[in-house]
Amino acid sequence: MSLPLYALQQLINALSVGSLYALMAAGLAMVFGILGLINFAHGDMMMIAAYIAAFSLIAGIPLPIALVLMVVGTIIVAVLMERIAYRPLRTAPAVATLLTSFAVGQILQNGALLTSRFAQQPLQIAFPPIDFLRGVVLAGALTIPKVNLVSLGLGLVLLLLLTLFVTRTTLGLSMRAAAEDIQAAQLMGIDTNRVIVTAFVIGAILASAAGLLYAVQAGTVNPDMGFSPVLKAFIAAVIGGFGSIAGAVVGGYALGLLEVLLVAIPGLGDILPAATTSPEVITFFKTYLPSTLTSYRDAFVFAALILLLLVRPGGILGTVDNDNTR
Amino acid sequence: MNTKMQRNGFLVVLGATLILLVGLSSSGSSFWQGIFINLGMYIILVVALNLSNGFTGVFSLGHIGFMALGAYISAILTLPLDKKASYLPDLPGWLAPVHLDMMIGPFPLGFLLATLIAGVLVTLIAVVVGLVLMRLSGHFVAVATLGFLVIVRVVLINADEFTRGSHTFSNVTAYTDLWWVYAWVFIALIAVWRLKFSSYGRAMFAQRDDGIAAQSVGIVIMRPRLLAFAVSAFFTAVAGALWAHYLTSFSPKAFYFDLTFRVITMLVVGGMGSVTGSVVGPAVITAIAEALRRLEDVTLLYGVSQIVLAVLFIVIIVFRPGGLMGEREINFAGLWQRLRFRASVAQEGSAAEP
Repeated sequence: MSLPLYALQQLINALSVGSLYALMAAGLAMVFGILGLINFAHGDMMMIAAYIAAFSLIAGIPLPIALVLMVVGTIIVAVLMERIAYRPLRTAPAVATLLTSFAVGQILQNGALLTSRFAQQPLQIAFPPIDFLRGVVLAGALTIPKVNLVSLGLGLVLLLLLTLFVTRTTLGLSMRAAAEDIQAAQLMGIDTNRVIVTAFVIGAILASAAGLLYAVQAGTVNPDMGFSPVLKAFIAAVIGGFGSIAGAVVGGYALGLLEVLLVAIPGLGDILPAATTSPEVITFFKTYLPSTLTSYRDAFVFAALILLLLVRPGGILGTVDNDNTR
Repeated sequence: MNTKMQRNGFLVVLGATLILLVGLSSSGSSFWQGIFINLGMYIILVVALNLSNGFTGVFSLGHIGFMALGAYISAILTLPLDKKASYLPDLPGWLAPVHLDMMIGPFPLGFLLATLIAGVLVTLIAVVVGLVLMRLSGHFVAVATLGFLVIVRVVLINADEFTRGSHTFSNVTAYTDLWWVYAWVFIALIAVWRLKFSSYGRAMFAQRDDGIAAQSVGIVIMRPRLLAFAVSAFFTAVAGALWAHYLTSFSPKAFYFDLTFRVITMLVVGGMGSVTGSVVGPAVITAIAEALRRLEDVTLLYGVSQIVLAVLFIVIIVFRPGGLMGEREINFAGLWQRLRFRASVAQEGSAAEP
């Protein structure tokens, strides 16, 4: 494969992975912006969505209805979660709410585990194939999995809708006001409970889209599938400056790009054309950036996160907020 | 607080524990021994985590990474040479012939050395990592330390010449017994207790409660934080070494988020900032978890116990955010007085009744 094609292929990979992260990160950032709560159970909402879709499809429910069930079910879980676990903790310290979200995650994960037991399904369920997401698209010399294109497209559409909602509707305006200063918003007559529930509902919709795409890509569904994506979404949100939706979306795509680069660059030693590249360059890549480095990808990503938190806690786009560090 | 009374109370607890241990080890009941060995290891983990998270308020979610490192380092050091040759053939030359199996009579000195080496190495790692992580606070440090946990896991899985990667690391000699565990439990408890009531401990609490006020009286915020993090990492690594030589086989997935959450539940239920709570929390959660495990075995509803523990956790955070003990400690003098008061009331009562 020639170098420009290789680059293009990787770019599409990056954008498709980035869309998933952006969908997750937007939901995470929305809730954080208003409540100051890092909702780690956000990843488990994604898992619940994937489970509902998988069970519905296995039960033979037609795809459109299964998708509606998935979104509605995830919204119900999100609203219950907010009402039961997070509302009593509005004034609690940040760490207490963070830990509570872990507990909520445990409940959801083990709930999924119990449900698959009752449904007599194995621990890890194979996700039923969805026809329009299968196969690849051939564009010239490129082969692109359809699911990557759908991730990219769906991600962009949903994020555009979200932008329109936040900027063009009264409820969206209230949400932005609450994110700015929740007490002042309340004094201006904004029903903050309604705003918070809306944030959770939108988060649930975005998470269920991400959950479906993630499950299709992975091919399986299991109770702790949400853990890694929510961590990635968190990184994306931090990159973008926590609490800003636009920042989280940019962060999601930046993280997708970073991850793909971390895999693509160590592979360069095998891709560079031997005829036109000087042997020193190829030896350099093979010696210092061997393809075995790719398995350390997550370690590098998290090391980058820690550095970022240290150097620019306000994110790449955001301003440095001194409350975050001491 | 009456120090003499406290000391006597401590001796009573020590004596009672010794009697319990003698009883347990002579009873030969491997079920109860297993429960108490696990409880002891949890106490070490929780009291160590308390030192870092409770005392300094810098909430780490990465401690289980230290535990994993402690387990792997100590296990590599004590692995018999023939096992090493067949299981870890790619060990570097200087490490391959190392086998700490020295015995002094029945006492496995090699195991103690391996535990200490693991503890010291992990402490050094903690100091380096802590120089970066301890600058953060709030939930940002929680997520950054969670990142550390992920990094440790990725490294353990990929450094297969040392760890066999994601395969099970097995054939570790089973040195750990009740006596080893509870010796370390007492060392950890005493160390953390003494730290809490020392000027270092006061500095930890002071910078947690009000950073600016603490700085204005000359406390350099990083110092107490780093001290707590390093000592805490040492005991966490020790718990890892004990764990490795108790289970004798383990893989990187044992040291991940489930265990992290279990230990944090014990910490929060016991009370952050209380050494006594670090014993109460593990004891309560272990008792509940064991009871629920029985229930699961009968009803086959695996997962219920995790749900119940998570609900309990949320209930505690909502209704009793300080945990069972808050920051208080067991007060032997007060306890003694209350007992005497009750006794005298009872005496008066019985005297009044002819």
